Amino acid sequence: MTLYSLLIAPVVDYGFMRRALVASLALALGSGPIGVLLMLRRMSLVGDAMAHAVLPGAAIGFLIAGGLSLPIMGLGGLVAGLSVALLSGLVSRTTALNEDASFASLYLTSLALGVLIVSLRGSNIDLLHVLFGTILAIDSVALYLVAGIASLTVLTLAAVYRPLVAECFDPGFLRAVGGRGPLYHLLFMFLVVINLVAGFQALGTLMSVGMMMLPAAVAQLWARTLPAMFAIAVSTAIVSGYFGLIASFHLGFASGPTIILTASLIYVGSLLLAPSGALRRLFPRPHLAA
Amino acid sequence: MSAKGIEFRDVTIAYDRHPAVHHLSGSFPAGSLTAVAGPNGAGKSTLLKALMGELPLSGGVIDRGGLSARDFGYLPQAADIERRFPLTVADAVMLGAWRETGAFGGATRAAADRARQALSAVGMDGFERRHIGSLSAGQFQRVLFARLLMQDASVIVLDEPFTAIDARTTRDLLEIVQRWRRDGRTVIAVLHDFEQVRAHFPRTLLLAREAIEWGDTDSALSAANLLRARSMAESWDEEADPCDADDRRRA
Repeated sequence: MTLYSLLIAPVVDYGFMRRALVASLALALGSGPIGVLLMLRRMSLVGDAMAHAVLPGAAIGFLIAGGLSLPIMGLGGLVAGLSVALLSGLVSRTTALNEDASFASLYLTSLALGVLIVSLRGSNIDLLHVLFGTILAIDSVALYLVAGIASLTVLTLAAVYRPLVAECFDPGFLRAVGGRGPLYHLLFMFLVVINLVAGFQALGTLMSVGMMMLPAAVAQLWARTLPAMFAIAVSTAIVSGYFGLIASFHLGFASGPTIILTASLIYVGSLLLAPSGALRRLFPRPHLAA
Repeated sequence: MSAKGIEFRDVTIAYDRHPAVHHLSGSFPAGSLTAVAGPNGAGKSTLLKALMGELPLSGGVIDRGGLSARDFGYLPQAADIERRFPLTVADAVMLGAWRETGAFGGATRAAADRARQALSAVGMDGFERRHIGSLSAGQFQRVLFARLLMQDASVIVLDEPFTAIDARTTRDLLEIVQRWRRDGRTVIAVLHDFEQVRAHFPRTLLLAREAIEWGDTDSALSAANLLRARSMAESWDEEADPCDADDRRRA
């Protein structure tokens, strides 16, 4: 088997592979930076909770559309995700519960509701599709949606970069200069939700968060400035998307988990090799003169 | 620089109905240099947060003399700042240009020059590209002072600026505080070290939930007042009755 037939031919020969590749590239562009910011805001698990929260909305969309339809399920997921984000904020401000506790309670409620709704009408195969995605069945409507969300994410992040950084680094300063911290927090949560929605056709509701957090963890191991972290996270996600797809094609694996596992491999490699990784501690290099 | 001072009129700030600052009245005159001192739990940081509009008042009024949020420069406690965020020193200082750039505007070359001058003024030349996580506590505090210099605010509010900071840095930063005073800016600082207050701050608010005394430092920090402050900062009384000060005033 030549390198061409191994790495290039599947994409050249098959339209569904091309669409899957474009979708995972677009996902990488949006989800990479969002994951880095989630991690820096110490909200890694909030992304996971949100991914679960999206499920009932997607399930209701699934029922209304009478089958897998990304735009309608996406809209449902968006509404469900944003409701959980808003409600957790509200609960933590009006009761003694912390935001992470209310997130946990609400996403579990949401997940149970979602699985119940899907099981009412759909078959187990449908449930598997919603939970774990079908990147190889992406149509052009889904592709436009994913690309649109990626574009919106990148442009919005560019616009609100400064207040987002300020809110994360020194929230007291942002409040003092009259910056509306909660507004940017909400906008950021909105971006998290739409990126999860973009990811769930390709990777499923439960694994779309993998395209955010694994590349972000890799980025944090290698880089020390925010722009470099964004670049590494996006590159990691792109590489995972490409090699994950190719591997799933040749090996006959499900594409979503293969993509995420490829990102996991990069993560494990980085844990060992990165400047702040394990090997550097086992084999320390001599210190510098200044 | 500020035309009018800041006046507190019968201000009460409560957590869970228990007052952290109780019926406080007094003023920070324009151009004054005031220390807010008192035992732990006296309500000092609470007072600053209320002044910055971060906490709602349970009663009374803070008259900021027509100043808006952008006229205030605020240095939060070190614990409230995320030191591990991947930011360079230059970027951290440039946040001080917020009044010009706002949330979205581009940074001008003039602002970048001012940031360099501010870093130079706090003795941090050449640190622009360093990562804030790699700085010592004292160096990081110098960077935050540089950000305050950038802000060019008429009122400067410092919450425990010298806690866990080495003596040399404290001395340098106190020099900047004195410069602000000479510029005519109003400076309000929460401090723990009474010797430092006596040496550098002409006015003091000695706080123990209520004002023990608010005026000249020498008189505010008298032995009798310090003793009173220590004895008054008791913990919350869960059985406390509703405060009847308002009723008495009305009667």
